[in-house]
Amino acid sequence: MKRRGYDGVVLCAPISIPYRRYSVDSAHWWIGRALHALTQRTGLRPTDIDGLSVSSFTLAPDTTIGLTQHLGLSPRWLDHVPMGGAGGCVSLRRAARAVQAGDADFVACIGADTNHVDSFRKTLSSFSRFAQDAVYPYGSGGPNASFALITRNYMNRTGATREDFGRICVAQRTNAQRYGGALMQKPLTMDDYLNARPIADPIHLFDCVMPCAGAEAFLICREDDAKSLDLPYVRILSAIERHNAYQDDPIQFRGGWAMDRDDLWAMAGIQPDAVDFLQTYDDYPVIVMMQIEDLGFCAKGEAPAFVRSHTLTTDGDFPHNTSGGQLSVGQAGAAGGHLGLVEAIRQLTDQAGNTAVPNANIGLVSGFGMINYDRGLASSAVLLARA
Amino acid sequence: MTSVLTAFATALATGAVRVIDLTHTLTPQFPTIVMPPELGQCAPFRLEEISRYDERGPAWYWNNFTMGEHTGTHFDAPIHWVTGKELPNNAVDTIPPDHFLAPACVIDCSAESAADPDFVLTIPFVEAWEAKHGRIPPKSWVLLRTDWHKLPPKQYVNLLDDGPHSPGPAPAVVRWLVEERDVHGFGTETIGTDAGQAAHFTPPYPAHHYMHGRGRYGLQCLANLDQLPATGALLLTAPLKIRQGSGSPLRVLALVETKP
Amino acid sequence: MTDELIRPRRKDPLRKTREPLLPQGVRSRTAHGLTAAAAEGRFALQVCADCGFTLYPPRDACPRCLSARLPFKDVPPNGTVLAETTIRTSTDVYFRERTPWRIGTVALDCGPFFVTHLHGDVTEGARVKMTLRLDKSGNAVAIAMPDRPTEHQEDDVQLRELTCDPKFRRVLITDGRNATGQAMARAMAAAGASIIFVGVADPWKPFPNETTLRATPNVEIVSLDLTDTQSVADVAGELAHRVDILVNTAEHPRSGGIMHRNGLTIAQQEMDTRYFALLRLAQHFGPTMRARGADGTNAAAAFVNLLSVHALINWPQYGAFSATEAACLSAAQALRAELRGGGIKVLNMFAGPLDTEWFQSVPPPKLSPTALATATVDALRKGIEDSYVGDIAQDIKARLDAQPKALERELGA
Repeated sequence: MKRRGYDGVVLCAPISIPYRRYSVDSAHWWIGRALHALTQRTGLRPTDIDGLSVSSFTLAPDTTIGLTQHLGLSPRWLDHVPMGGAGGCVSLRRAARAVQAGDADFVACIGADTNHVDSFRKTLSSFSRFAQDAVYPYGSGGPNASFALITRNYMNRTGATREDFGRICVAQRTNAQRYGGALMQKPLTMDDYLNARPIADPIHLFDCVMPCAGAEAFLICREDDAKSLDLPYVRILSAIERHNAYQDDPIQFRGGWAMDRDDLWAMAGIQPDAVDFLQTYDDYPVIVMMQIEDLGFCAKGEAPAFVRSHTLTTDGDFPHNTSGGQLSVGQAGAAGGHLGLVEAIRQLTDQAGNTAVPNANIGLVSGFGMINYDRGLASSAVLLARA
Repeated sequence: MTSVLTAFATALATGAVRVIDLTHTLTPQFPTIVMPPELGQCAPFRLEEISRYDERGPAWYWNNFTMGEHTGTHFDAPIHWVTGKELPNNAVDTIPPDHFLAPACVIDCSAESAADPDFVLTIPFVEAWEAKHGRIPPKSWVLLRTDWHKLPPKQYVNLLDDGPHSPGPAPAVVRWLVEERDVHGFGTETIGTDAGQAAHFTPPYPAHHYMHGRGRYGLQCLANLDQLPATGALLLTAPLKIRQGSGSPLRVLALVETKP
Repeated sequence: MTDELIRPRRKDPLRKTREPLLPQGVRSRTAHGLTAAAAEGRFALQVCADCGFTLYPPRDACPRCLSARLPFKDVPPNGTVLAETTIRTSTDVYFRERTPWRIGTVALDCGPFFVTHLHGDVTEGARVKMTLRLDKSGNAVAIAMPDRPTEHQEDDVQLRELTCDPKFRRVLITDGRNATGQAMARAMAAAGASIIFVGVADPWKPFPNETTLRATPNVEIVSLDLTDTQSVADVAGELAHRVDILVNTAEHPRSGGIMHRNGLTIAQQEMDTRYFALLRLAQHFGPTMRARGADGTNAAAAFVNLLSVHALINWPQYGAFSATEAACLSAAQALRAELRGGGIKVLNMFAGPLDTEWFQSVPPPKLSPTALATATVDALRKGIEDSYVGDIAQDIKARLDAQPKALERELGA
């Protein structure tokens, strides 16, 4: 069956609450700040927001339903999206359909997490049953160790070098310096990258994101309502998600995007060369390479050559992670799944400031997440267009 | 007129009468009699702390202990042996209490025992002692001084591959002491009233056989017999009042007159 | 090839003793199927009873056919290392002080992919044999071992975290008067134990082969009476901080059942020599051993109980004895939980009748004390916690697993 488009539904009000390395505040506090900023930006009252979709790892013992009372909302549509880095695009897909169907008028999509001094360790040790049974007891290296194995295998199979990964990280740091909201803005040279201390070979310090606290949010509503609120907005061309793809691959070498990308491009009616910027999920550079390949920007195994032959800064020929991505901005838990999406809305509504990509009309945002055992299970992507 | 007990108390107070402790300290290490392992065994002395000014009892210290009736310095009642099992008043709780005070004759065999751990006391040996110290009075304890109490545990038990080797009485002398001298009982420093090899005597374990068969008593694992005079000591030997008890660990005290 | 372990230097008394930490010990209930296999030194995974799919990590439904019939079965352990990494930064305090730490991805020939510890002699691309072991938390972990044994492979630093190898450890054998204690001393000496303290009760009482025992290399005789609380306390006071492996060799097998035993004297001695002795050892050696669970190369590692396999099910011919052994087994399970905080393993060696005078009238097969001692060393080297030694013990275990009621009737026939 041919998929129905997202006509008439738009994204607006990109919100980023400045990140902090550690926070004594709760996830509830960060979600409250994001929602408050959203009402300030849109002029909506809390009671006008009749849909809420939240992604957060540190909300326990609450889920989104508890938040309604905590925040004084009375929504008629509610969603909790525990999918980490894939959460932004997944929220978007669900909320857009709800708004399109009239089940809700204004859906606030929020990704937020706090970071107490010990919350990262606690999140890792109880991240999933498989992690608890079969990963964390093996050195407790967290995602660094999991991605070390994935990276090593990718290097073995493609010939990618550390320098290839470094090009991604160095370019993103340049973008982050333009963005201004990044936790890591100190200039990063290729030498800095290559000489960094090893974390879990071949992963070194600048391949890793810094866990932090923060919040990202945006609003989904009908185009008419965005116009009447005088909010700049972007259109949704197409969206995909896939979970536990290629489960027989011994080590993750590709993500679910490869399974659904034809659908993504066909629904949007465009080809990769139409894209003006790409926001990938970048908790490690190896997964950026897989997204570049699996979304169709180059053939499998050719991302190392691709990043060598392209410039990934905002002013380059392949602008990528224009705010600096999680590698420079920081990984605020589930907010990392919304980071690229919120930045894409800014890019396509002329709100990106110093990171603005010239003449950006179409952007691709992809998500990835949930290292349940040995690989990321969730993959997602959306194509967005300037209104 | 001064009563006997008042005079006795005065003698104690002035030191004219001394009290000598003939008892070994009860410790877990003190050997008990060794029986073949498939037979029932006499329990050694064991102490379990109930509390020691701690969470089990904040202001007090006390112990539970366990042991056999024949552990440490102990008293044998007639009921202990099969030959005495039918006698009246044959258990520690029914023995008349005046039997717990009696004079003692101490026969010194220490030199002979040192020379031969299997030294056996004979009638001629006792007669020789009587020639020197006088006839053994009726109802006296006869104590065999061997200085065995001074030996470390290994030599004290002296187990070889044919069993223990320690001094003790010959069958004839035990019977003679009971029948001809009407003794009160027989006491030793060794682990039993009988010699280590007495299982091979006829009858086996004659001190047990004859003494208990005639309602006489035994004292074992005595200490400090070298501090007693050959005659003249009075022994206080009250066992615990265990119902139908065959014997009991006890504190053996000897009263001895100091020579003026 | 692994660097051979060198005899650890004497400890600097000015240095703080490293406290024992544990890797994460939380597992799903199903994952304890791996713990059960590791406890016995087996490599078992879930194999779907309906479609035959071999799966890992443990699940409650087959990812191929959604069957819930997923018993753990021994499977071939062979595989290939696809990728490796060396973890240099860990969020966990246990691993943090043990980095660098190597792990890898292994594809098993029988299907599943393992994230696993790697033995030091295993590199990327190598063929390996997977083993399941108990880590310091007492839970199963996998470690990929070299396909063929390598020189000094038992000395690998990551492997040694999972085993209780007696090499350069100090051992206390609690009762050297019996044949088992003496065989244990010989086996420990052969295994490279640096000191073997051997307890002897009633030193005034001669015992067979005393001269041979005293001549065994590295043996030091200590006066220790397990039925005497004060004696155990005294020896622990002097030695507990030097005991890395405690092997309780006390035994008191006596034939006879419950009803015709004529009194409790023998039963009390059985309980005193076995059950209460175990409690005395636990109370006086346990706390110090627990505190020394990470004290260097020769950290405290194991508390070993030699149990009759009839602890698992009563053998009426030795009925009261079996009951005593059952009490010891139960106490050992409690002790296991109490020592786990120190990463100390409680190893239970289950044996059938020994070839000693106390089982003289029992027909063969009987287990020689030497075989029991050798098996104990082997179990310590593997780091397992339940070992069934010899034909009778394995027979009883198999029949117990298959049909316990039938076994009860057959033993009582």
